[in-house]
Amino acid sequence: MNQENESFIEIRGLTFMRGDRVIFDNIDMDIPRGKVTGIMGPSGTGKTTLLRLIGAQLRPDAGKIFVDGRCVSTMGRDELFRVRSRMGMLFQSGALFTDITVFENVAFPLRVHTRLSEQMIHDIVLMKLQAVGLRGASQLMPAELSGGMSRRVALARAISLDPDFIMYDEPFVGQDPIAMGVLVNLLRKLNNALNLTSVIVSHDLSETASIADYLYLLADGHVIAGGTPDELQSSEDPKVRQFMNGIPDGPVPFHYPADDYAKELLGERP
Amino acid sequence: MSRLLDHVATLGRSGLEVLQAMGRATIMLGMALFGRSSSHGSMPSLVVKQIYAVGVLSLIIITVSGVFIGMVLGLQGYNILVRYGTEQSVGQMVALSLVRELGPVVTALLFAGRAGSALTAEIGLMKATEQLSSLEMIGVDPLKRIIAPRFWAGFISMPLLACIFSMVGIFGGSMVGVDWLGIYEGSFWGNMQQSVDFWNDVVDGLIKSVMFGFVVTWIAVFQGYDAVPTSEGISRATTRTVVYASLAVLGLDFILTAVMFGDL
Amino acid sequence: MRMRTVEISVGAFLLAGLFALVLLALRVSGLSVNADNTTYRLYAEFDNVGSLTKRAKVAMGGVTIGRVVDIELDKKTYMARVIMDIETNVDNIPVDSSAAILTAGLLGEKFIGISIGGSRDFFKDGETIDDTQSAIVLEDLIGKFLLGSVGKDDEESNDSF
Repeated sequence: MNQENESFIEIRGLTFMRGDRVIFDNIDMDIPRGKVTGIMGPSGTGKTTLLRLIGAQLRPDAGKIFVDGRCVSTMGRDELFRVRSRMGMLFQSGALFTDITVFENVAFPLRVHTRLSEQMIHDIVLMKLQAVGLRGASQLMPAELSGGMSRRVALARAISLDPDFIMYDEPFVGQDPIAMGVLVNLLRKLNNALNLTSVIVSHDLSETASIADYLYLLADGHVIAGGTPDELQSSEDPKVRQFMNGIPDGPVPFHYPADDYAKELLGERP
Repeated sequence: MSRLLDHVATLGRSGLEVLQAMGRATIMLGMALFGRSSSHGSMPSLVVKQIYAVGVLSLIIITVSGVFIGMVLGLQGYNILVRYGTEQSVGQMVALSLVRELGPVVTALLFAGRAGSALTAEIGLMKATEQLSSLEMIGVDPLKRIIAPRFWAGFISMPLLACIFSMVGIFGGSMVGVDWLGIYEGSFWGNMQQSVDFWNDVVDGLIKSVMFGFVVTWIAVFQGYDAVPTSEGISRATTRTVVYASLAVLGLDFILTAVMFGDL
Repeated sequence: MRMRTVEISVGAFLLAGLFALVLLALRVSGLSVNADNTTYRLYAEFDNVGSLTKRAKVAMGGVTIGRVVDIELDKKTYMARVIMDIETNVDNIPVDSSAAILTAGLLGEKFIGISIGGSRDFFKDGETIDDTQSAIVLEDLIGKFLLGSVGKDDEESNDSF
């Protein structure tokens, strides 16, 4: 790890298109090392796509993404798989392997990437499950868990290898208030204890703002603002204000681009 | 005129799509089987698990169908051959039709319906529930971990299932012919042994079933891997697996039969 | 523990498949296990082989002792040349034996029957059976019968069929 480099992830001139739709239009972003960075924006702005680009599951149409100083967007397959073993990612749905138990799910990364003894694996897995409050569920199958619980198991799996970097895709969706509070604390503590770099993609403003050190706002394929939560709260920019205060329509459109509403309803087919 | 051109363009586009899909399927298989990245974890135990899913669990349908098809062949063969007084040849007829054609083909069709569709649905669901993505992010190549063991399992199971099908069918035929209709047992088996040749009939049938296993499993895993990750996409992919695999088996069977038995 | 039952059933499945293949080989196709199925080659020239095909059996006294390997036309003599592989353990076929193309039953398949001669010399690898009797072509026979010339013709040209 080269410590002199301030940002863990650097995104330079990233352009990504899905068909003819431009998802990202030449954006730049820096994700600071050892901090929690929140990426926020209305749904459909490609927040999840951004995570997939960082994990190099998608390749950008233009621009480069550097993870810890190395360009992942041009990396070969073998090298990529090695780099990914140091990343963790928490998927929206949890994405647990449905044919093995909770215990085996958490043990999976350890089994494929390390040669630890069975006893060691057992201890590590139970520690990780204890951290997310699901040690008692270790012998259940993923189908027996609720959505929120599977996400917590997935979190335990994502941290089982003690990665340098974790990406969370909408971690707060579907959590009850207690679990939510625990989770928010957990993310914060994990980050401090393991010196992780975290990226949280979310539209839960208050939770994300409460744990993030830095926030980016995405809209319309551009970064519309970046700064600490306090800076954004006090920003005068109307777009930022709209998002931070939850105003339905403003400079950031709530509606997906469409023809004129009245015209379409009155049946004038284009 | 322009409408006609539109139709031609549609035809051209679908032709290109088919070619693209075939290209993707070839690349997928190549990377799954010959890709360099290490597979992480013991391949044999993964294959064993999949042989259980595609082979062992298909055994019941294969043996039951085999017995019935053999019995029907025995009965029909007897009814026709008895008119010419050559009912001793029932064994020969049952054995040749099973070993050369029905064994490999019917097994492949049943295999496509029973195991192929299950493979497609399983892989498609793994894709839809982001399990494949999450494998990638854990640093494990899903082509190696998910696709390759399933492919090998299908490739290994299919010829064995076809052998079991043929053998069980021949016993079904002998049950009807010898035990029920009273053909002399010695001439039933003797005629069979005289007309069935190991290299030209049994081995050729075996080669057919190996090819069918390859094609059916390939189609099944590719359709799953290439499925649109929605419930509709998966249901379509599953249907496509059964349709494409069946058509491929029947078409390939004609070509193989022409090459093996038609002196082409 | 569950993995163990999976492993056992897969093992049983593989064994069952191989067992079925062995049964197909031995019970159905009659492949003999004793590896002593070496053969030696004999030739025979016929005027007309009828519908004799490759892989037809060669029998002696009703017992199969070999197979027809190939049938070709001898360009010089315009005769059909039949190439046969005879099992090595049947090494005492007298040199004046005759080969005839026979039919199994009325509509059955053609095969070559060898009738034993009286010589004390036996055929060796690569030799040719000279005394041959062609296939009976049913149509010719019926044609001649209709012309009422069966008996007469038969005496005059014995080697025509």
